[in-house]
Amino acid sequence: MTLAAIRPGDWNLPLLVHVGGAMLLVAALVVVAAAMGAAVRRGDGALELTRLAYRALLLGVLPAYVVMRAGAEWIVSKEGVDDASWVGVGYSTADGGLLLVIIAAVLAWRATRRGDDAPGGLGRAVLVLSGVLLLAYAVAIWAMTTKPG
Amino acid sequence: MSLYDWLLFLHVAAAFALVAGLAALGVLVFGGDAPAMRRALVAPGIALWNVGGIGVLVLGVGLAIDVDAYQPWDGWILGAIVLWLIASGVGGPLSRGLRDPSAALAPERARMLFVVAAAATLLLLVDMVFKPGA
Repeated sequence: MTLAAIRPGDWNLPLLVHVGGAMLLVAALVVVAAAMGAAVRRGDGALELTRLAYRALLLGVLPAYVVMRAGAEWIVSKEGVDDASWVGVGYSTADGGLLLVIIAAVLAWRATRRGDDAPGGLGRAVLVLSGVLLLAYAVAIWAMTTKPG
Repeated sequence: MSLYDWLLFLHVAAAFALVAGLAALGVLVFGGDAPAMRRALVAPGIALWNVGGIGVLVLGVGLAIDVDAYQPWDGWILGAIVLWLIASGVGGPLSRGLRDPSAALAPERARMLFVVAAAATLLLLVDMVFKPGA
């Protein structure tokens, strides 16, 4: 049996914003990976799928990132845990991840300009970046839930 | 890592999978059900929705048993189970309609089922964070 930590009530809304944003961020990334994976594998409908991946990055991943990151700052300011190692994992993943998301969005946009062909190397790069980001976010979820250190 | 750490990590990871599956199905419901999009998103969407749904329920009950402060019959946990049943109840026909083109749902019905599933999932998240009555 485990004693659960009871949170002060005023931490709940910032936590909801942070977790909700993170869930939407990962969900949009899964759509990017599924769409770009299919576009790379198949010829028919590849342009449509590449456009979907680009739109999911631009209209799903980036706005969700802003919500997740704003929620993170809000909850950290409430908890006063700026220097905890698990918070550091979250910051590293979020800030490094943003760079990869921007690179993936630019590559996906370039892939949509190729015409009706498969997205080729650009699409494969977006797929790899999406996979790396999903792995990094899995580590962040582990750090946020288990709070090592 | 303790049992509690494992249960909490996997419970939250399952919730992320559930929302990811819902998002993939939502793209098909609201973004046009073109054959290429269906091929790309139906299988991962349904798999994530199902695995995430079973994971949050089983691991959530496991947490309620493991943690001294909670019991599986607490109001906020029973409320979560009701919301889970609602989401699963509408997710079944929605998934079937998207998976099998011959059993496709009318667009309005598919949108209605998706909105109910999304609302129940959002309320589940609110319930898990705020734990009313705990």
